[in-house]
Amino acid sequence: MFFTLLFAPLIGFLINGFRFRSKDYKVAGLIASGAMLVSFLSALVLFVQLAGMPEDSRVINVHLFNWINVADFSANMAFTLDPLSMTMTLIITGVGFLIHLFSMGYMSHDERPAKYFSYLNFFVFNMLLLVLGSNLLVMFVGWEGVGLSSYLLIGFWFSDPAKAAAGMKAFITNRIGDAGFLIGIFILFGLFGTVNFSEIASRVPAEPSLLWSSPITLACLFLFIGAMGKSAQIPLYVWLPDAMAGPTPVSALIHAATMVTAGVYMIIRLNPVFLAAPNAMMVVAIVGALTALMAASIGLVQNDIKKVLAYSTVSQLGYMFLAVGVGAFGAGLAHLMTHAFFKALMFLGSGSVIHAMHEEQDMRKMGGLKKHMPITHLTFVCGWLAIIGAPLFSGFFSKDEILWMAYHSPRGHVFLWVIGAVAAVFTAFYMTRLMAMTFWGKSRVPTDVHPHESPTIMTVPLMVLAFLSVFAGWLVVPHGVSTILPGHPSNILEHWIAPLMAPFEVGHGSLATEFTLMGLTLLLVILSAGLAYYMYVIKPELPEANAQKFQSTYQLLLNKYWVDEAYFKGLINPLIKLSRNLWSFWDVKVIDRATYFLSDRVKDAGGGLKMVQSGNLQIYALYILIGLVAGLFYIMKG
Amino acid sequence: MLLSSLIFLPFLFVLLVLLAPEKLTRPITLLGTVIHFLFSLRLFQSFDPSTSDLQLVEKVSWLPELGVSYFVGLDGISFWLVLLTTFLTPIVVLASWTSIDKQTKAFHISLLVLESAMIGSFVAMDAILFYVFFELSLIPMYFMVGIWGGENKIYATLKFFIYTMVGSLFMLAGIIYLIFQCDAQLGELSASVLDFYRLNLAFVDGQFISPQNVLFFIFCLAFAIKVPMFPFHTWLPDAHVQAPTGGSMILAGVMLKMGTYGFLRFVLPLYPQAVTAWTPLFMTLAVIGIIYGALVAMVQVDMKKLVAYSSVSHMGYVVLGLFAMNMYSLQGSLFQMLAHGISTGALFMLVGIIYERTHTRKIADYGGLAKVTPIFAIFFLIITFSSIAVPMTNGFVGEFLILFGTFQESALFGGLAVLGVILGAAYMLWMVKKVFFGEEGPIFKKYNVNDMNGREIAGLVPLVILVFWMGLFPGHFLKYSEKSIENLVLNKETYNIRVQGSAPSALGDRREF
Amino acid sequence: MLSSLLTIGLGHYLFVSGALFVMGLLGVLLRKNILVILMSIELMLNGVNLAFVTFGYFLNDVNGAVIVLFVIAIAAAEAAVGLALIVTLFKNFKEANIRFFEHLKG
Repeated sequence: MFFTLLFAPLIGFLINGFRFRSKDYKVAGLIASGAMLVSFLSALVLFVQLAGMPEDSRVINVHLFNWINVADFSANMAFTLDPLSMTMTLIITGVGFLIHLFSMGYMSHDERPAKYFSYLNFFVFNMLLLVLGSNLLVMFVGWEGVGLSSYLLIGFWFSDPAKAAAGMKAFITNRIGDAGFLIGIFILFGLFGTVNFSEIASRVPAEPSLLWSSPITLACLFLFIGAMGKSAQIPLYVWLPDAMAGPTPVSALIHAATMVTAGVYMIIRLNPVFLAAPNAMMVVAIVGALTALMAASIGLVQNDIKKVLAYSTVSQLGYMFLAVGVGAFGAGLAHLMTHAFFKALMFLGSGSVIHAMHEEQDMRKMGGLKKHMPITHLTFVCGWLAIIGAPLFSGFFSKDEILWMAYHSPRGHVFLWVIGAVAAVFTAFYMTRLMAMTFWGKSRVPTDVHPHESPTIMTVPLMVLAFLSVFAGWLVVPHGVSTILPGHPSNILEHWIAPLMAPFEVGHGSLATEFTLMGLTLLLVILSAGLAYYMYVIKPELPEANAQKFQSTYQLLLNKYWVDEAYFKGLINPLIKLSRNLWSFWDVKVIDRATYFLSDRVKDAGGGLKMVQSGNLQIYALYILIGLVAGLFYIMKG
Repeated sequence: MLLSSLIFLPFLFVLLVLLAPEKLTRPITLLGTVIHFLFSLRLFQSFDPSTSDLQLVEKVSWLPELGVSYFVGLDGISFWLVLLTTFLTPIVVLASWTSIDKQTKAFHISLLVLESAMIGSFVAMDAILFYVFFELSLIPMYFMVGIWGGENKIYATLKFFIYTMVGSLFMLAGIIYLIFQCDAQLGELSASVLDFYRLNLAFVDGQFISPQNVLFFIFCLAFAIKVPMFPFHTWLPDAHVQAPTGGSMILAGVMLKMGTYGFLRFVLPLYPQAVTAWTPLFMTLAVIGIIYGALVAMVQVDMKKLVAYSSVSHMGYVVLGLFAMNMYSLQGSLFQMLAHGISTGALFMLVGIIYERTHTRKIADYGGLAKVTPIFAIFFLIITFSSIAVPMTNGFVGEFLILFGTFQESALFGGLAVLGVILGAAYMLWMVKKVFFGEEGPIFKKYNVNDMNGREIAGLVPLVILVFWMGLFPGHFLKYSEKSIENLVLNKETYNIRVQGSAPSALGDRREF
Repeated sequence: MLSSLLTIGLGHYLFVSGALFVMGLLGVLLRKNILVILMSIELMLNGVNLAFVTFGYFLNDVNGAVIVLFVIAIAAAEAAVGLALIVTLFKNFKEANIRFFEHLKG
């Protein structure tokens, strides 16, 4: 079963890869989706198997082959299926399968569907390696592998230089993170003498290290750099918005539901190590909270529908890091799951819209699409309600738990709650704005475009995801809420992964505080959503006026705080300039000159000596004579 | 006799090439090198990886007055390098099939002689014999660049030749000194490396002029130039740019490894105290080389020059691993030598393939190549990923082990070297983006560019197979060198290789071969 | 006294031999014509020959004369080869001046 789970996507990749010239999207799509279906069904079977085991021994280990073994270092191609990786596997294969189906409709006009589907399968294979690997090295294989497939898919339409550049940017930014990850692995091995997760977990010292410079803190910080790259956190988030250059289903699968959550998964997987380094966790929480806020603020003013969703993803990932940073690993995983559903849903929905609008992504040219695309609209509403945290929708439960933990956990702080709450308010605003500009209000669609509902193969995945976005929250009902939902167990997911968590007591805290905070956030969110509705549906001329009024703030947000520009000015351009100088100055002027200097001196010496070689035989004879006489003289003298 | 046959078999084909008509040169050489490769596979049978002993030894007295003998043998350090040589040569013949169109006989004879010299230098266990093969390999290369090179070939040839020659001449002086030391300490003139290992060379802490120190620097100079290490690297880009495709493949694929091999065979075991004393210096140079090579590669306009600078960077990793001197890093270095041989050889071949069609290597002339030649693009991407060390390709295992091993010795150097991983991705992907993606470049209006043909695919497929094989099952490769490296690491101060089947000491015993 | 002056002794022979040799040497070193240089070489040989027979005579050793015979034979052979070379050179270059042949100049 395990083998079909892992290798079905690989086989799909190989089959489609070898017939990459094929233009038949149906065959290619069926092969790829078939592989995903096999994989998903295997995952379900394994899930049933795993759930049937006793609670604290829910582990399936698979050893494939020996990989790198040198002296006492050993990293094998070995995999572990436990509640945590099982959850991830189900999300990846399930959402992945739906997105493969959706792609069959979305990519039906593309020239190279076989290539597209092979890349997509390749990605899923790597993602499975990442979550299933039983040691850091296998995780790193998947870690780089997903980056690689993401590179290929972002630049899928490579004829456009901007898209090719976006792919490159993604890979290189990820590489910066990967370098940090590598150093993290090195330090961890130095500390524990192993890279196996289970062995690391058993060797972590019981006493947390409060020093900034202790190896364990440094290891966690370096690993977190890896997570910053992969999961788009400050300061390495810049690649994710650009990654929207790829086909929209790719954005849904890789840049919303699965790959970008790898960093969160990694921290949850290494929770014993991170718990032993409170300082590192504090950094994680702060970076997460700031990212959530910053990205949400940028999302407020973007006009490209996919860019809004991209910044929203960055922001939601920030929430997840906030959660794991304060030690609420269960809440982090819960939000990871619900976010995978509703964000995949919204990305696919936006894909459906873009498809209908003939590749138009600018929301200023949309509006009133509700009546043309009823199913897309309806499912999108589910996603919208989920993300802004409308009560009883999935996002409500998971986000509320995170905010509560940010406040209540011993490693939390009231400021973290404030930042999170403000980000939630922003989220409600920009998502409502997106809904309003796209689906509601008056139509601004150009007259030559005739939007239409997407084909069934695209709408079915939307409906399934919409269902999940609405109801998945019941798996992660926070303790506080469960007290008013009689009979419903709280935190099913958290209990499911509990055997893997290091002991860290949070407690439940006061219900009154929890409900006060929840109510406060809810009120603000409703106000904010209402404001957005007022501005973009009822008084559409208001935004323009406000943009004029707050010109500088507006420009700052629209240009994303000029971070990209700053990177170019402060880092990339100086580096290139330095390289040019190194080449044209150091290589050519210093090193080559120095060697020329030496060789020239040798040449000069030769030039002097060559006078002796006059070519005149008589002179040579004279030399012989002089030599002879000198020799005789020397011998006779003694 | 196996090793001697491996060394001298190419000469048989030289004879055949000489006698056969000109148009049969290529098939004969191809057949010959393939036979040679298949023959070299017999090493798997004859070589015993479970010991660090020197195996398949042959020893015949050559210049008894100087203690010089024809002494060859194989241990785990040499094993894969010999196979790398025999494996790459047929591919070089395939890569040169159409690009060498004048004096084909001379080219292929040079290639065969070169192959012989390279194998010889990897198995020679007599310092003078090693020196002879080391220098012999220069001569065919000199002709390959000088006759079939680009427009600036004479300059490049001279630079390449003189640079390497200067270094190795000093080494010759060092070898002679060691031979006389053998006389003084062991009572007999000997150029055998095994006897060198038994010498006790004086080393005085804090004093620069001591025999061990001076010898260390002399040998390091020779090998550092060959590798090439920063700051002796400037001959490499020039030589590569001017060399024909086949020449570049051999140069980057095998000849550079003769430098790092020299470090492993001579410098590390012979001068343990000097190595310890100067490790920081050499690690610094290696790290500078890694980062410097990568940075300079990033701003190149010529594809071949870019690959050449990437070699500087990659070989920097190898040297770094050598000086970190633990199991991980040394195994990693050996592995990286092979990996670099495969992937850089393939990169040069790919650049050559496209150059043959468009007669330009300027990156700016290209664009959108992936659309015109999809198969070529797939191969190029695979090799690119191997070059930037994506896991499951050969590049990753070597780089990982080196960085890992170095980090355990020195977090500073390990950490700095990791930066090279980022820069490596930057320059390679930048080139891929400019050449393969975007709109179709101006060059396609001038030439009709075809995708790869069967011959070229046949040459690259074995390389690609190895890329993944080495990446997925590094154990198959590492196990052959494990014992030898272990011996080196555990006995830094008293390094000694035993000859298989003989008593460990006593000079007299070894004379019988 | 006079008789000792008039008696031709070892010294006189060696003086003549030396004079011949030095004249030949100067000719080799200073003359420009290749033919003359060749003749000067012969002169040097003869100077040496004279010394050989002189010593042979005064030491009562026949080997001196024997060596001279060898030298004369070899000189003849050498002259033959040398002349042939000179003739060829002259034929090819229409020149017998040694200064003309400086192709070995560094």
